[in-house]
Amino acid sequence: MSTHFTKDHEWIRVEGDEAVVGITAYAAEQLGDVVFVELPATGKSFGQGDEMAVVESVKAASEVYAPVSGEIVAVNDALEDAPQTVNEAPTGDGWFVRIKLADKSQLDGLMDEAAYKQHIA
Amino acid sequence: MSDANLHHTPLDALHIELGGRMVPFAGYSMPVQYEGIMAEHNHTRDAAGLFDVSHMGQARYVGDESALEKLITADLTALQPGEQKYTLLPNEQGGILDDLMVSRPDADGVFLVVNAATKEADFARIAKATQGKGTLEILADRALLALQGPKAKDVMARLAPDAAKMVFMQCGHFDLLGTDAIISRSGYTGEDGFEISIPAAEAERIARVLLAEPEVKPIGLGARDSLRLEAGLCLYGHDMDETKTPVEATLMWAVAKPRRERKDFPGAETVMAMFADGPQRKRVGFTMAGAPAREGAEIVKDGNTIGVVTSGGFGPTVGGPVGMAYVDTEFAVPGTEIEILVRDKARPATIAKMPFVEQRYYRG
Repeated sequence: MSTHFTKDHEWIRVEGDEAVVGITAYAAEQLGDVVFVELPATGKSFGQGDEMAVVESVKAASEVYAPVSGEIVAVNDALEDAPQTVNEAPTGDGWFVRIKLADKSQLDGLMDEAAYKQHIA
Repeated sequence: MSDANLHHTPLDALHIELGGRMVPFAGYSMPVQYEGIMAEHNHTRDAAGLFDVSHMGQARYVGDESALEKLITADLTALQPGEQKYTLLPNEQGGILDDLMVSRPDADGVFLVVNAATKEADFARIAKATQGKGTLEILADRALLALQGPKAKDVMARLAPDAAKMVFMQCGHFDLLGTDAIISRSGYTGEDGFEISIPAAEAERIARVLLAEPEVKPIGLGARDSLRLEAGLCLYGHDMDETKTPVEATLMWAVAKPRRERKDFPGAETVMAMFADGPQRKRVGFTMAGAPAREGAEIVKDGNTIGVVTSGGFGPTVGGPVGMAYVDTEFAVPGTEIEILVRDKARPATIAKMPFVEQRYYRG
């Protein structure tokens, strides 16, 4: 199990052939209070960098991009009733989607935690 | 505009010390939030919030008041000492150049508070039109604080007891912590509260004392926007501008009756003709579920475009998305079902009566 990060502040935790995706604590803090999360339909496929979800704070809407290519195998429906979970537990219960990895080698191009910390410093 | 070119209010250092997230707004570096918009919004509705609105323009006009009155929509002859009025600065086409507060806190002419983004143009227009008849003194050395919320009166009762005796839209000079302050009982949140004009040099000292009161927390521009939106109050440059008349903006209540009858404000012929005939479009409120529709979102009904959103966001007190829009008048009736395009997807919404949250002004 390994976690990678994008420059757009998504995290991706690899679990076998699948991975769980969310936004980082830094991103959640910058957005402020999350009031709505628009998630993709299960079964939909995205290319790396495609707009995959939208997170709405009190003030603005922000896009969330697919950190890698793949098919959505599950979404976090609990965010519909409790969008604030994104602020409370961005890397835990505030996850967005579970994705079936199309090309594991794409992970090599992402940052590890140390590099991401450097990125937001 | 780069940060280096931004103006700073007298409370700049205090905002940074308090952890304010500073953003450019109307040429100023301003705090959009401290602990978070939602918490700040709720605190203002429950207790009291302190806002720095020193970016707004303050001025005093002394002289022939009929020359000033010609530019605005208020009846200045009816403005008594100790009173404040909300008024408009229309252009010759009947569009709105700005909305402003005019008040008579003392015997020395009138005191004006205008929007930050328009203050230079407003003051230039007023100075030009009143040349030789009066003097417009721009009070650039004054700060403006807003203390808003149901407990604002308790704070004021301790610090300036006489100011706490005013009712909504009254104003005057009061001793506030040893400083001569111009205080009005008004604001931009829908709550009871005060706006406090003080010398810039005293602003940080007074703000610190206010913030040390148990009911008071600092509130940023983010919550100021969500509070005013829930209260149904227009934001200049968004919910009204020079392309919209007071009739369309549903602000005819700010055009005093004698001024309507005399038709002697800029654009009066256009405005009064539209008032008689009814406007093609008008400002309305709307509510919806799910993703909030933001400014610029298109409004459709049966496949036809019928309007556009001018302010939209999440209303923390309402607990859902709210907004203002201009729609064709036939669809302006509260309860009308409409659709708003959010990211190209039509989402159901309902025209709703404003304010979304009951205004709680103190009227005695």
